[in-house]
Amino acid sequence: MKISQGAPGAKILAFGHYQPSKVVTNDDLSATMETSDEWIQSRVGIKERRIAPDNESEIDLAVQAGGKALAASGLSASDIDLVIVATCTLEAQIPNAAGRVATRLGIDAPGAFDVNTACSGFCYALAVANDAIRAGSATNVLVVGTEKLSQWIDWTDRSTAVIFADGAGAAVVGPSETPGIGPVVWGSAGDKFDAIIIKDRDSFLHQEGQTVFRWATTALHPVAKEICERAGVDPADLAAFVPHQANLRIIESIARRLGADKAVVAKDIVLAGNTSAASIPLALSRMIERGEVQSGGLALLLGFGAGLTYAGQVIEIP
Amino acid sequence: MALSEQEILAGIGKIINEITGIPASEVTPEKSFVDDLDIDSLSMVEIAVAAQDEFGVEIPDDQLKHLKTVKDVINFIQN
Repeated sequence: MKISQGAPGAKILAFGHYQPSKVVTNDDLSATMETSDEWIQSRVGIKERRIAPDNESEIDLAVQAGGKALAASGLSASDIDLVIVATCTLEAQIPNAAGRVATRLGIDAPGAFDVNTACSGFCYALAVANDAIRAGSATNVLVVGTEKLSQWIDWTDRSTAVIFADGAGAAVVGPSETPGIGPVVWGSAGDKFDAIIIKDRDSFLHQEGQTVFRWATTALHPVAKEICERAGVDPADLAAFVPHQANLRIIESIARRLGADKAVVAKDIVLAGNTSAASIPLALSRMIERGEVQSGGLALLLGFGAGLTYAGQVIEIP
Repeated sequence: MALSEQEILAGIGKIINEITGIPASEVTPEKSFVDDLDIDSLSMVEIAVAAQDEFGVEIPDDQLKHLKTVKDVINFIQN
């Protein structure tokens, strides 16, 4: 039997992102439930978030973000031979999102699968894309994180309605002579499976906030450091730290312990809310668009969420 | 040897100061975390984690919600 020969490395060629147009402010939420702008900003760090209308699906969000990433990459649809969609909020389980997203983007007959590790999904999908290119299983990969959390939220439950939002982010990954994506560090804590859960098809998303906060502020900064060690990168040399946009206090807690003193820390949650698997590519794509980070700099990505699961890697900013 | 109430109080005062910026001198046994010190549930988790490092006593989330005053935490750590 022959085995495939891959590329020496892989790198992210471009990012793209998309948010629904409807802005929902904290005051909007305070009008319908017992909460306040002060409470939400101090506990979660969010000022406003985007919510998709009924006629805009998580597939629509993914197509918009994926199309922008593809256009920015300089590749054409025919160059993509694998599409991976990270999502945990599909309206229905069958079929998956990746095949539909590929077809809508004019990508002909690629490998197409979804990854469900909730808020860490983009980093899992990116790791698989990197490995597929290096193993010769794919040449160019479109990786999309897309979520329509609003359709799984009880809009009378203030513990979740103020946090979660809709959006999508995408990256095109291609072969490279030098490594542009570092080793992944991934893991899980399945004993805490019920800390973030949708119990059945008639239920809404439920989160044990304190349990998740304790885990995120104690278990993840060692993971962040391990990712840097595995990549041979000193945290002090990072240009950006882009953790999952779960909660501003979690983001600041991990950043403080990481020692990435020169890094721009992503705080996209303030204006985008928690968009689960979309949050990391959405945040970084917007940072690139605003000129906050430069091409060639190193960014630490760190996803974490339901499962509980986590994954992260160092990447070179396109 | 078990720590005295004063030693635990001093340790808790230092932890609360580091996490919230509240002066340690304001952290006295009768104070309520929520009503007197304006400490929210997430800061309580951070305080519990720091207290575990400091005193070697784990305060799980289901216990943490019953600890309303500084004195409650001192008692929990002592017992």
